[in-house]
Amino acid sequence: MQRIGVFVCWCGTNIAGTVDVKRVAEALKNEPGVVYSDNYQYMCSQAGQDMIKNAIHEYKLTGVVVCSCSPRMHETTFRKTAAAAGLNPYMVEIANIREQCSWVHKDMEAGTEKAIILGRAAIAKLNLNTPLTAGETPVTKRALVIGGGIAGIQTALDIADAGFKVDIVEKKPTIGGKMAQLDKTFPTLDCAACILTPKMVDVGQHENIRIFSYSEVTDVKGFVGNFDVTIKRKARFVKEDVCTGCGLCMEKCPMKKVPNEFNLGLDNRTAIYIPFAQAVPKVATIDPNYCIMKKTGKCGLCSTVCTVGAIDYNQQDEIIEEKYGAIVVATGFNPISMDKFDEYAYSQSKDVVTSLEFERLMNAAGPTQGTLLRPSDGKHPHTLVFVQCVGSRCEACAEKGKEYCSKICCMYTAKHAMLVRDKYPDTEVYVFYIDVRTPGKNFDEFYRRAVEEYGVHYIKGMVGKVAPEGDKLMVQASDLLDNKQLHIAADMVILAAAIEPDESARSLATMLTASMDTNDFFTEAHPKLRPVESPTAGIYLSGACQGPKDIPDTVAQAGAAASKVIGLLVKDKLTGNPCVAESNELMCNGCSACEKVCPYGAITYVDKEFRMPDRTTRVRRVAQVNPAVCQGCGACTVACPSGAMDLKGFATSQIMAEVDAICK
Amino acid sequence: MQVNEYKPLIVAFCCNWCSYAGADLAGNNRLSYPDNVKIIRVPCSCRVNPMFVLRAFQRGADGVILCGCHPGDCHYTSGNYYTRRRMALLFSMLDYLGIERERTRVEWCSAAEGAKFAQTMNEFTEAVAALGENKRLEDLRCKE
Ligand SMILES: Cc1cc2nc3c(=O)[nH]c(=O)nc-3n(C[C@H](O)[C@H](O)[C@H](O)COP(=O)(O)OP(=O)(O)OC[C@H]3O[C@@H](n4cnc5c(N)ncnc54)[C@H](O)[C@@H]3O)c2cc1C
Ligand code: FES
Repeated sequence: MQRIGVFVCWCGTNIAGTVDVKRVAEALKNEPGVVYSDNYQYMCSQAGQDMIKNAIHEYKLTGVVVCSCSPRMHETTFRKTAAAAGLNPYMVEIANIREQCSWVHKDMEAGTEKAIILGRAAIAKLNLNTPLTAGETPVTKRALVIGGGIAGIQTALDIADAGFKVDIVEKKPTIGGKMAQLDKTFPTLDCAACILTPKMVDVGQHENIRIFSYSEVTDVKGFVGNFDVTIKRKARFVKEDVCTGCGLCMEKCPMKKVPNEFNLGLDNRTAIYIPFAQAVPKVATIDPNYCIMKKTGKCGLCSTVCTVGAIDYNQQDEIIEEKYGAIVVATGFNPISMDKFDEYAYSQSKDVVTSLEFERLMNAAGPTQGTLLRPSDGKHPHTLVFVQCVGSRCEACAEKGKEYCSKICCMYTAKHAMLVRDKYPDTEVYVFYIDVRTPGKNFDEFYRRAVEEYGVHYIKGMVGKVAPEGDKLMVQASDLLDNKQLHIAADMVILAAAIEPDESARSLATMLTASMDTNDFFTEAHPKLRPVESPTAGIYLSGACQGPKDIPDTVAQAGAAASKVIGLLVKDKLTGNPCVAESNELMCNGCSACEKVCPYGAITYVDKEFRMPDRTTRVRRVAQVNPAVCQGCGACTVACPSGAMDLKGFATSQIMAEVDAICK
Repeated sequence: MQVNEYKPLIVAFCCNWCSYAGADLAGNNRLSYPDNVKIIRVPCSCRVNPMFVLRAFQRGADGVILCGCHPGDCHYTSGNYYTRRRMALLFSMLDYLGIERERTRVEWCSAAEGAKFAQTMNEFTEAVAALGENKRLEDLRCKE
C-alpha cells in the first residue's frame, strides 16, 4: 500500500478563485492510500516545495499528488522536489486543476466537484505507480541547421564558435536568404550586403562549419541527441571542390535568357550561373532546365573554357547520411503570390512590383545597378504609390491572403519611401496604410523621419483599384481621415506583400514531428518561456520560420537557439524517458503484432528458455523492447493481442484506474 | 433552452503533445466548456486501448471522446492513424451494441487550437446530452 501525500495549490486566486481548495484537500483525505492532505497558496514556490519535502520525511510518503497547474508546466519541478527528498521522481502525479478546471469553469461548486474528481483520478493512478529509472544515451556532438538565411548563418556561427561541428543545409545554390537580396536595412539604413557578406564568408571559412548548398533534407529518424538525417545533394553538374568561382563559364554560356530568380525575374541570367558576386560557396551551378548541353547534348562550351575542369555533365544527386545531436529549423519565409490580387494589376503591368522586387530595383547590384527605373520602359518614375498590408490582416479575404500582420512591412515601406525621396527629391511618394505599426527600438523615430523630414505622403486608407492607362497607373483610393476619394496617376505601384512560411515547411515539420500553427509557422514549446524550442525535444527554431520577424529579432532568436543547442551538445549523456514499453515475457507469444506498429523499430525478438511446470524447459520467441530507442507512444500496447505489452508510467491498469475514478 | 438539469459524464482522452496542450491553451485563454468533461492524459492517442473506452461506458460514462494530433502531425509520426482505424472499428461495433454514434468521437486538435478544443467539447457535450443517459453498457454489478 502506498503512503500518499496530497498537496492542493491555490495558485493565488487562479485556482482558489473558482475551486474551494480547502474542501478539495479535505475530500481527498479519505481516498485509498492517502495519509496526508493539505493546501497552500503557491505549491511551486520554495516554501511550497519545502512543505512537500517535509511531508515526505515526516509521513514517510511513498508518493505525491499535486493538484495544481498543468503537468506541462510544473511536472518537472515537482519531480525534482520529490527526488530532493529521496523519493523516486516518477512517484509524482499532477492533477491539472488550473488549465483544465478553474480557468475553464466559472461555478465554484462545479469547479470544486471536478477538482476533487481529478485529484481522485491522480491518486488512483499513483496507487499503481512504481519507481522508474531513466536510461542514458550518448549525445552526437554535431548540429544541423536547415536553411542558410541570416537566421541559419547566425545560429551556425554561434554554435561553431562554441567549438561544436555544424552543418548547414541550404536548398539554394548559395546561403544568404532574403537578406542578401535587400538593399538598405531599417532602422539604421546600413547596406544589407555590407553586414551580411562578411558573416557569409565567416561561415564559408569556419573550420567547424560545413555547407551543403543546393541540398535538401529528405529524411529524419531518431530522437534528441541522436538524429539520423538523410541529405540529398542535388547535382549541380559542377565539381564543388574544383570550381574556383572565376565566372568565365558565365561569360561564355550561350544560353542567356534564363529568368534570374535572385533578381526575381527582373532580368536574365545564363544557364550556368553563380547567383550573385558574394555567393558562398562561390561555385557555379548548371540549371538543367535551360542548359543546351543537358537538353540536346550539343554545346559543352563551359566545359571547354573551364581551366580547372570543374564541369561534370554526368554528375548525379548524392545522398549522404549523417548523425546529429540537435536540429535547428531556419527555413525563413517568402512573400505570398500576388496572382490572386487582380485589383492591383500586378499581372497586367510590369510597373506594379512587390516590395522585394523593389529592393532589387534599388540595389546597386540589382538589374538596374541601383538606378530606379520603371521596369516597363526604363524611364525615371515621378509618382510612386506604396500599398501596405497587401494580403496581411486580411480577415475578410482569408482565401487569398493571411489573417495575421506580417510585421515587417510598415518598416520596410517607410524605408523604401525614404530612400526614394532621398535619392530622387523630384518624386512624389504616397503610402496607403491601415495602421502604421512601429513598435521597435528607434522604429517610430524612423517612420516619423519619413513623414517629417522626407515629406512622404502617408494616407490612411486602402487602395481599391489600380488600372493601367497609357503609360500611367490610375490608382483609386480612399482617404479615411479626410473622408474623400483619391485618384492618383502613378508611374509605379509597390505592393507590400504579406509573408508566409517557406513552402517546404510543412513537409519538413512532418519529417521532424515538429508542430506548426494553422498558418504553417513552426510553433514554439511555450509562447513566452520557451520561444526558440519546438515542442519536440532536440528541434530548435530560428528566424522567420517561427513567425514574421525583422533582422534584429531574427538574429536575437538565432543566438538564443544556438545557446540552447550548445547547452544540449555539451552534455555527454542524456537521461532518457523511462516511460517506455515493456513486454511481459511470460505472456508474450511472439506474434510480431507489436513490431509491426512500432514507428521506431524498437522491438526485436529473442529466443528465451522457459521452465515449464513439469520441470522441462522450452524455448519460445518473445518480444524485447530497446528502451533507448522506444519513445513511449504506446502503439504496441494496444496492438498486443495477449496483453503482454505495457507502457511504464501509463500502464493499462493505471489508465483503467483513472477511468474508474472519474466514472465513480 | 435547458429543459432538465441532466449532466452527461464525458471522458476525454487527450494525447500529451497536441490535444492536452490544446486543452491547456483553452485554459490559458479562459475559454470555457462544461465541467462534466474530464480529461485523461495519454502519451499518444494510439495509447488508448478500446478496453478503456468500453470500461468508461461500463462504469457509466455517457460519452467518450479521443483527441489527437492532426493526421501527419502525430508526435510519434503515425500513432493517430492507428487510432483512426481502431476507433472506426470500435465505434461501429458500439453502435451495433446500442451505444449511439454521437456518444463516441475522434477529433484532431493541435496545441495551437485552444478555441477548437473548447468548441469541440461544447458541441460534443451538447450532442451527448441530447441523447440522455447511457444505459446500454452499464455494468449493473458496479452499482451499489
Ligand atoms: C521587401 C523586404 C524588405 C525587408 N527589409 C528589412 C529591413 O530593412 N530590415 C530588417 O531588419 N528586415 C527586413 N526584412 C526582413 C528580413 O528579410 C528577414 O527578417 C530575414 O530575412 C529573416 O531571415 P531568415 O533567415 O529567418 O529567413 P530567410 O531570409 O527567408 O532565409 C531562409 C533560408 O532558408 C532556405 N530554405 C528554406 N527552406 C529550406 C529547406 N527546406 N531546406 C533548406 N533550405 C531551406 C531558403 O532558401 C533561405 O536561404 C525585409 C523583408 C522583405 C520581404
Ligand atoms: S502524439 Fe498526438 S496523436 Fe500521437
